[in-house]
Amino acid sequence: MNTLALRNPIKTPTGAVLLALAALLLLGGAVNSQFFSPTYLLLQLQSGAFLGVIAAGATLVILLGHIDLSVPWTLTVAATVATAVARAKGGAWAELGPLAGIAAGALIGLLNGVGVAYLRIPSLIWTLAVNTILLGAVAFHAGNTVISSEPSPIMAALGAGRSFGVLPNAVLVWVAVSVLVVWVLRRTLMGRYIYAVGTREVAAHMSGIDTRRVILGAFVASGVCSAIAGLLLAGYAGQSYQRMGDPFLLPGIAAVVVGGTSILGGRGRYGGTVAGVLLITLMSSMLSLMHVPEAVKQICYGLVIVVMVGLYSRRQAG
Amino acid sequence: MNAASLHLRHHARTLLALGLLGVLLLAFLAIHPRGASAAVLTAWSNQGVALALVAIGQTLVVLTSGIDISIGAIMALSNCVASTLVQGDPTQVALGVAAVLLVGTLCGVTNGLIIVYARIQPIVATLATGTIYTGIALLVRPTPGGEVDAGLSDAMTGTLGDLVPTSLVVLGLVVLLVWEPLRRSLTGRTLFALGSAEQAAYMSGLSVDRAKIVAYATAGLFAAMGGLFLGFQTASGDAAIGLPYTLNSVAAVVLGGAALSGGAASVLGTIAGAFLLRTIGSLMFFTGVPPLAQPLFEGLVLICAVALGATRLLRIRNRLEIFR
Repeated sequence: MNTLALRNPIKTPTGAVLLALAALLLLGGAVNSQFFSPTYLLLQLQSGAFLGVIAAGATLVILLGHIDLSVPWTLTVAATVATAVARAKGGAWAELGPLAGIAAGALIGLLNGVGVAYLRIPSLIWTLAVNTILLGAVAFHAGNTVISSEPSPIMAALGAGRSFGVLPNAVLVWVAVSVLVVWVLRRTLMGRYIYAVGTREVAAHMSGIDTRRVILGAFVASGVCSAIAGLLLAGYAGQSYQRMGDPFLLPGIAAVVVGGTSILGGRGRYGGTVAGVLLITLMSSMLSLMHVPEAVKQICYGLVIVVMVGLYSRRQAG
Repeated sequence: MNAASLHLRHHARTLLALGLLGVLLLAFLAIHPRGASAAVLTAWSNQGVALALVAIGQTLVVLTSGIDISIGAIMALSNCVASTLVQGDPTQVALGVAAVLLVGTLCGVTNGLIIVYARIQPIVATLATGTIYTGIALLVRPTPGGEVDAGLSDAMTGTLGDLVPTSLVVLGLVVLLVWEPLRRSLTGRTLFALGSAEQAAYMSGLSVDRAKIVAYATAGLFAAMGGLFLGFQTASGDAAIGLPYTLNSVAAVVLGGAALSGGAASVLGTIAGAFLLRTIGSLMFFTGVPPLAQPLFEGLVLICAVALGATRLLRIRNRLEIFR
């Protein structure tokens, strides 16, 4: 597969996305040489990191043939909890904040997983319902009390800081999450199980895999990824705010499917997701720089998804 | 088992939704400060009809074991077009209404064509087209505004003969004139068949592809009617209304007893589901639940309704049935 990708990059989804990415960059650079500047590209990586961490969790869930629509408010809840705890404790204890945020994300993931894996409710509707409850809980809580929100020092450093004066720390977090996901998918039993369950759950069950635990695990991982993205975003913005997760739901899923992962599960690679995140981030930023109205940006997003995914499915059929 | 009890079991979820709606509606009329009157009933009906129309569209798609994530966006686009075209003299208004319905149907046909011929999974395809339609809606109406013919709006949201809400009558007529003929046609039967077992339907010589396109097109038509009705209510257009309607339409379909895996759905149940969601909202308003707690309660109701689907696990005899 790898040698094939080298010989003919367009044969694999990852190759096709990378090709599209290169074309986009060349096209943009031809119009405006600013697109080639390292400062600009690093800035893109920084803003792509939030989406990247979310898409990492989404990849695991989509590989199972499920979907997690609770991402926006899992992210918001984690950020709200983290900043509230960090502010309340203060000092050295402020670092309890991010821990609490990640715990909240894991707990929400657990709730998602129980509904999907054990109650056998379709993930589309269950995670949607969980999202609504989280929205309601945050609205209720925020309406009654004034939540002071302030990221802990570590959150601020990871979200907004830079290492060696150039490399955004958020990108390092994205790289760390990515390495972990690739390791799980390629080197662990859990990774094999994810592909097996995604391909055919009954068969996986008959082979002795506890498919429910696999699904539960993937949803917890997705919850934690959303939480990490929330912490980074809060650190970057210096606060948590309502609806901070809303712009990430559809792009997160789009990045995964544009990267060639089948929404039916069982087929896909994490490299494709990374390429998908880069493509979506770069496209969105270039359109912004060209002062294209939001409406046209939306249309471009939709067209890219239709064209790329249509390309993959035609090739599989033919 | 005799025919009557079989019939009852077959429609249990629909009847449950209808019964629950009846109870909640009575409670709503009982606690409404202005008491039970035609005007109160009309206001209640007007609140639910737009969602009911969109949810009927979603039902047709869910029946084929698909899903239409773009349905809210089609509604928003139709709403924006309505706020631009449905005004002027009666001929212009009539042409405007026709244009709105045409736009919605075209969006639906596009969805169907992409799903059938580009072979993209419905959820991904409509996710993508949904962003496109939202973009077009934003081009039509960058900020909320516009106007919709006041005479027609008043007529549609009024009370017929001081007795029956016009919107409810219109909803009934639409179901009778669009859904009933479709349900009885070969294409309609194909919708049920392909939701149950697509390969079997195909092997039986049914035109599965055409039925799918018809399902998405009709869904677009119903979404357009929903957007049009919302225009009658608000007398304006807004490109940002889509997403909540998409989510609530799926919730209404599930509340109405449909299986998201396809093959089983009832339009009557969906209508009950849509009105249930809206009635719960109004009930909370009048029972003095703090406004801030309302989204939380709505979420809890939704998750309880969805969790009802888990009761099927109690009836399972063979563990392998879990995976269906």
